[in-house]
Amino acid sequence: MSAVTEDLFETTCGLEVHVELATNSKMFCGCKVDFGGEPNTRTCPVCLGLPGSLPVANRTAVEYTMKIALALNCRIADYSLFHRKNYFYPDMPKNYQISQYDLPLGYAGHVEISGAWGTTTVGITRVHLEEDTGKSIHVGGSGRIHDSTHSLEDFNRAGTPLVEIVTEPDIGSPAEARAFVNELRLMLEGLGVSDVRMEEGSLRVDANISVRPMGETEYGTKVEVKNMNSVRSVGRALEHEERRQRVALAAGEQLVQETRHFDEKTGTTTSGRTKEGSSDYRYFPEPDLVPFEPATEWVEGIRAALPETPAQRRERFADDYGLGAADVDLLTATTATAEWFEGAARAYEGEAKKIANWIMADLYGLLNEAGIELAESKIGPAQLAGLVKLVDGKSISGKQAKVVLGEMFATGKDADVVAKEKDLEQISDSGALEAIVDEVIAANAEAADKVRAGNLGTIGFLVGQVMKKTRGQANPGLVNDLLRSKLT
Amino acid sequence: MSEATGSASELHWRSATELADMLEAGEVSSVEIAEALIARVDAVDGDLHAFLRRTDERLLGDARASDERRAAGDARSPFDGVPTAHKDLFVTKGVPTTSGSRILEGWVPPYDGTLVARCAAAGLPLQGKLNMDEFAMGSSTENSGYGPSRNPWNTATVPGGSSGGSSALVAAGGTPWSWGTDTGGSVRQPASLCGLVGVKPTYGLVSRYGVVAFASSLDQPGPLTRTVEDAAAFLQIAGGHDPMDSTSIPRDVPNYLEGINGGVDGMRIGIVREFESAEGTQPGVRARVSEAYQRLEKLGADLIEVSLPSFEFGISAYYLVAPAECSSNLARYDAVRYGLRAEGVDVASMTSRTRDAGFGAEVKRRIMLGTYALSAGYYDAYYGKAQRVRTLTINDLKRVYADVDLIATPTSPSTAFEFGAKTADPLAMYLNDVFTVPVNLAGNAAISVPCGTSPDDGLPVGLQLIAKALDETTMFRAAYAFEQDFGWAGSPEGRPPL
Repeated sequence: MSAVTEDLFETTCGLEVHVELATNSKMFCGCKVDFGGEPNTRTCPVCLGLPGSLPVANRTAVEYTMKIALALNCRIADYSLFHRKNYFYPDMPKNYQISQYDLPLGYAGHVEISGAWGTTTVGITRVHLEEDTGKSIHVGGSGRIHDSTHSLEDFNRAGTPLVEIVTEPDIGSPAEARAFVNELRLMLEGLGVSDVRMEEGSLRVDANISVRPMGETEYGTKVEVKNMNSVRSVGRALEHEERRQRVALAAGEQLVQETRHFDEKTGTTTSGRTKEGSSDYRYFPEPDLVPFEPATEWVEGIRAALPETPAQRRERFADDYGLGAADVDLLTATTATAEWFEGAARAYEGEAKKIANWIMADLYGLLNEAGIELAESKIGPAQLAGLVKLVDGKSISGKQAKVVLGEMFATGKDADVVAKEKDLEQISDSGALEAIVDEVIAANAEAADKVRAGNLGTIGFLVGQVMKKTRGQANPGLVNDLLRSKLT
Repeated sequence: MSEATGSASELHWRSATELADMLEAGEVSSVEIAEALIARVDAVDGDLHAFLRRTDERLLGDARASDERRAAGDARSPFDGVPTAHKDLFVTKGVPTTSGSRILEGWVPPYDGTLVARCAAAGLPLQGKLNMDEFAMGSSTENSGYGPSRNPWNTATVPGGSSGGSSALVAAGGTPWSWGTDTGGSVRQPASLCGLVGVKPTYGLVSRYGVVAFASSLDQPGPLTRTVEDAAAFLQIAGGHDPMDSTSIPRDVPNYLEGINGGVDGMRIGIVREFESAEGTQPGVRARVSEAYQRLEKLGADLIEVSLPSFEFGISAYYLVAPAECSSNLARYDAVRYGLRAEGVDVASMTSRTRDAGFGAEVKRRIMLGTYALSAGYYDAYYGKAQRVRTLTINDLKRVYADVDLIATPTSPSTAFEFGAKTADPLAMYLNDVFTVPVNLAGNAAISVPCGTSPDDGLPVGLQLIAKALDETTMFRAAYAFEQDFGWAGSPEGRPPL
């Protein structure tokens, strides 16, 4: 694909994101919400769809949904209700899903994302609440349904509250899609409403993507891409799909409206089997539940208690801590990281930028090597602050501090403890240093004379000699001061 | 309390209230009652086929436990020890529950529905589970997957439906009282055809948790009894708010028995012009019901002619709403988790073969009707319009209730009909619900009380009294006044020949 051809097309993409809520109990019954476990151990007559069972809506799930909707700048419906979405599937106990249809809890929102391409405002069409299905386990063959001998059903997940977020087709590239998912994940994490683990399926992203010749007003043929299990896969899958569609269009081929599955291993999308007939879900209002009108006080209470959004946090980090855009992005990459940084900055009490530098220049290197997250490291925020304070107090040099940090990272010990253990504390006692400085001046008379003659560049050589004599433990600043006072 | 006369001294003809009094007075034990009912059922159920499953052992065990509680002064309620039997759509832990369908054959529920649990909590020993039209769809029990029940007044005729096992058993003295469900008349019509009292309570008064669903927005459990007093008492036992049912009305049931003998003097009773001129009502039914109106007037009620223009659309609306909801409610019978399973080459063929084998013709018809009515492009014209008719019906009733306290109508346009008389013509069967269906659409309360037998065929006729939503108190008071003055209940002529 040549750059010239790429300029000839533009991409349109909209996302459909499913978020499993981390409520204590399921959407319509009292069963516990959890991941994994022995199959069918977190079930009851309601989430198994046994005859005679009835749903009772989980108020916390409604509240979490409103939190998400409000954080996405949505309007909250004055009047909302659940519908039944009817279709047969063995992992769905009632063969209808209790979902929302024309009156979702949240609608008409937007969220801003920025990156190398600039800034995009992505419209949020709707935020609605529904129940999750169970899981089919296909036995025999490759483990896929086509060549399996039979399937088993696990209903532990059935009835978990699920929020669906649908965007407008405002996303113009795979990079923007990736950025949107990232931003959303960050927002959900900050709201504390979901585990947002894509690998475990608590955050699931489907994309509708189409490509059209630049300047064309009609959208191109839309393809739904599924099975993207990480933020990275969202980027990879859509890049592949965008390229595939462009190549096809450039070759004058006709695209088919279909669902395609992303294959993590090959990085390509393959056509899924087309659904049997057209999907007519025969939606109708769920008669087992009553419509609800969220009270204004309830909604406003939730709005008032919302934590800051990722965007607000980034702005605050830039303003309050004087951090540049790249630092801000890194330090706000996850809520845990941001909180860790702020904890360290608070404990340090000094210029937070220094803490940021230490995290990004040194701590991240160690984390990357160990392959762990900041929150998982043995060093706590206050301990990093302690380390930087030691350097500020000139107890250890910056160079030594890196060694100390390595030891702290390995053991979780405090900075001063490590410094003592390693006998690394700098000689900052001018009395003790003075004798060594005098010795060095005597031993290097020629160099000393040059300095006396005004050749200050030579002072560095003398400092080096002192450091050598103290095996690096002397406070270089202090040595410098002493030499100057004695020779100038 | 009505005096027992003649052969009514036999235990099985006693009302629940009489049995409760006898238990309290120590004149009888629960075990003796249970044994008498077992003997009665042994004698009649071969003809009636009211039961789908008898739980005689459990009944006797429950009765013994009840006697022990009474002896220890720990009776759970005044009715502790008075047995009952439930329509087979009340989910009962450990007792197979089929909803009259082959598709649920062999399913043993792991839980008790609210109504079953409340009856047990009141100390009522369980006699078993009763026959019904499959998934409560029908007016004759001819749609049962296990063969029909028969009317004890004439075993060549149907006992009504869908709660036909319940009506046959209560009418024949096999139990003093029983629970049915009423979606479009399924308690009131069988009560009418068997000469019983049948109540459709206000929607949301009795919990639907543990009631195998037919049409969720219309289904409502209701008692079938031989006296008004028993119906009120039974509603008292099972009614009231249930947090497991989101459509349950959040309030307690009042004491219906208090002031039940207050009479109808000064009560305004509406007679619906459109109903009185409705074609298809048997002359004998019309005659008996007119006499009933006159009796109410004689007792001091003011009869007021009212108009309910929307009622003519009731059947049409009902036969869109109910099938639509049932098409969705019955989707869960897919052979994956419970019930019948026919083998298939894949899950889709397993499910469709199971549904083909397990559902009867009427259920299939309604699933198809409902699926069609909800389909894209048809929703507004069918389901949407039917819901607007519901709104009209509710508004019509509201308007009428500004002038009246109750509305009186026939319960059913006909007396019990012979087997096969209407099976070939579903529409004729559906029209049997013409007077009862609007009440379900609107959610109001209604009762059917016997008003004698038709001069045409000697079979029972029912008078329906429709109350405002949650005004069961007025409804029971009028029904009781009528029943007491009429003197049919508890008398030999109010009892079937069987």
